[in-house]
Amino acid sequence: MTQVSISVKAVTRKYGTHPALDAISFDVKKGELFGFIGPDGAGKTTLFRILTTLLLPDEGEATVEGLDVVKDYKKIRRIIGYMPGKFSLYMDLTVEENLKFYATIFGTTIEENYHLIKAIYSQIEPFRKRKAGQLSGGMKQKLALSCALIHKPVLLFLDEPTTGVDAVSRMEFWDMLKRLKEGGITILVSTPYMDEASLCDRVALIQDGKILQLSTPQQVVDHFPYELYNVSSGDIYNLLADLRNYPGMMSCYAFGQAAHISFIKETFRETHLRDFLKEKEHNQLTIEPINPNIEDCFMELMNR
Amino acid sequence: MMPIIFVVPIVQLIILVHAATFEMKDIRMSVIDLDMSQSSRQMISKFQGSPFFRIAHTSFSYREAGNEMKKGNVDVILQIPLGFEKNLAKEKKSKVQIVINAINGTSAGLVSAYSLMILQDFNRALIVEWMSPATMAATRNIKVIPLYWYNPKLNYKTFMVPGILVLLVTIIGLLLSGMNIVREKEIGTIEQINVTPIRKIQFIAGKLIPFWIIALFELTFGLVVGKLLFNIPMIGNLWLIFLSAGIYIFVILGFGLLISTMTNTQQQSMLVAFFFMVIFILMSGLFTSIESMPNWAQQLDRLNPIAYFIRIMRMVMLKGSSFQDIQESLYSLVVYAFGIISIAIWRYRKVT
Repeated sequence: MTQVSISVKAVTRKYGTHPALDAISFDVKKGELFGFIGPDGAGKTTLFRILTTLLLPDEGEATVEGLDVVKDYKKIRRIIGYMPGKFSLYMDLTVEENLKFYATIFGTTIEENYHLIKAIYSQIEPFRKRKAGQLSGGMKQKLALSCALIHKPVLLFLDEPTTGVDAVSRMEFWDMLKRLKEGGITILVSTPYMDEASLCDRVALIQDGKILQLSTPQQVVDHFPYELYNVSSGDIYNLLADLRNYPGMMSCYAFGQAAHISFIKETFRETHLRDFLKEKEHNQLTIEPINPNIEDCFMELMNR
Repeated sequence: MMPIIFVVPIVQLIILVHAATFEMKDIRMSVIDLDMSQSSRQMISKFQGSPFFRIAHTSFSYREAGNEMKKGNVDVILQIPLGFEKNLAKEKKSKVQIVINAINGTSAGLVSAYSLMILQDFNRALIVEWMSPATMAATRNIKVIPLYWYNPKLNYKTFMVPGILVLLVTIIGLLLSGMNIVREKEIGTIEQINVTPIRKIQFIAGKLIPFWIIALFELTFGLVVGKLLFNIPMIGNLWLIFLSAGIYIFVILGFGLLISTMTNTQQQSMLVAFFFMVIFILMSGLFTSIESMPNWAQQLDRLNPIAYFIRIMRMVMLKGSSFQDIQESLYSLVVYAFGIISIAIWRYRKVT
């Protein structure tokens, strides 16, 4: 039997009349690496703040490790680690002082739980006398993760941990998450980057406070209902405009230097599109079928 | 931060103590002597002889003197009418006119008080001069000698230093604590703290104690500067000063933290802190006496922590009051400290 770590039932939170979360429901299993994927303003941070007991839900209820987020908030705070989207450690304390401070608040010491953070902390340990405010983005993030782990949490909340971090550091960070997961920690992570979604066990696509889809990354891709083609030409701007006027098109959007265009299955004839585009004076045309990725699925879901 | 903590008290004490004085010297006077008699000249020389007045202008026309005042060249006009001496001799009374520039009410009051003092003095001299020797013996005994206790020379510096020390501690305490939690809100560090199991009371205590130590240190520093530079008397028990200060600083820090928990930006917090600070300072009795305020304002002053502390400081430092003398103010401050810190703890929300 898989045990449930987080259970959210019809949680709503409004800012004024605008619902940041609109009757959202989902479960997270123990030991899962669960991703929230969505654009800015989708409600990811609001959800995280409710689950970390910083914000009260207007309606609905949520439990974390069987503890109610409203009634048992004190117990929840002992067992979770939270890394807010904005770097929020003390900039004028050194790396070591920050870590020691958070260890002390939780009634533990660095030595006691050093094995938990060793892999991460050892990378910034040479700079332990440096002020946190003078660290680079990637180092700050490692320090924040160390501080969130120092009290041996069973559950880790990471709100957009890779925003503003370079590509190499991002990959390193996800490797660290995988290792933590192997250690048995349940991890909830939110990100605006679609490519990171495939690294999660399960993902929830979220927009305007609603979950559009919740499944494994593979299932998300498998559920893509259309055929997808990558089209590029010398003039991407007009290409997009022209493609959007092409009959039978289901969706079309820019993807890097090309356009992704989708059609209902088995309705697409390549020669017809080629002729259509040539008529509009496009040259250097390439048209190729591709497998959809998470981003394609998300764009499609958003347009529904 | 450190330079501010050291420089502010010295600058405040030196500048404010010298600038915020009520003594007026060199009051410029315009004299219109229409009588040109011995008595009138005697009176003018009385003014001339006092350290407060300087005859800046003489004329025979009131219009001319008025113009000088309009231009801002004279502060007060003394007009001695024709027949001054004659009336004085004949009817035993006479009139002079004093016109004071009252743009600044406080200084006008002082000029008037000084002038009256000199006129009375002149009066007494006349009585002595004109009385027959028989009646003289009887009147000579009546002489008013003002005696100022606890501040015999009416030294304004002595009077101001305790008050300015209070201001110093207040400004440092209120601004430091007022900016503090709100700054954590702005930077976002509060978010990380709030998810920890730290208790509200622990958090507030962690904020209070360092500032308490800084503020007490400031006071000590200020007292040393006051003693060395101004030689202010410290008649009372030094420990009593520190006991009261310790309690008072808790009130001020609690007030600052309360503001800090209720605002969202440092700007808001700064404005609110200044709003209260200005009202508290102006109503504290430092610049104007509380007894001369209307009754409702005096009642309102019961909520003014600065007023309590200035009273205590002056009583202990200048008068040497004992614990019994100041206990009422002290207990009020204790109640205030408990009240305001409790509200601050209650108002500090880890959850929104």
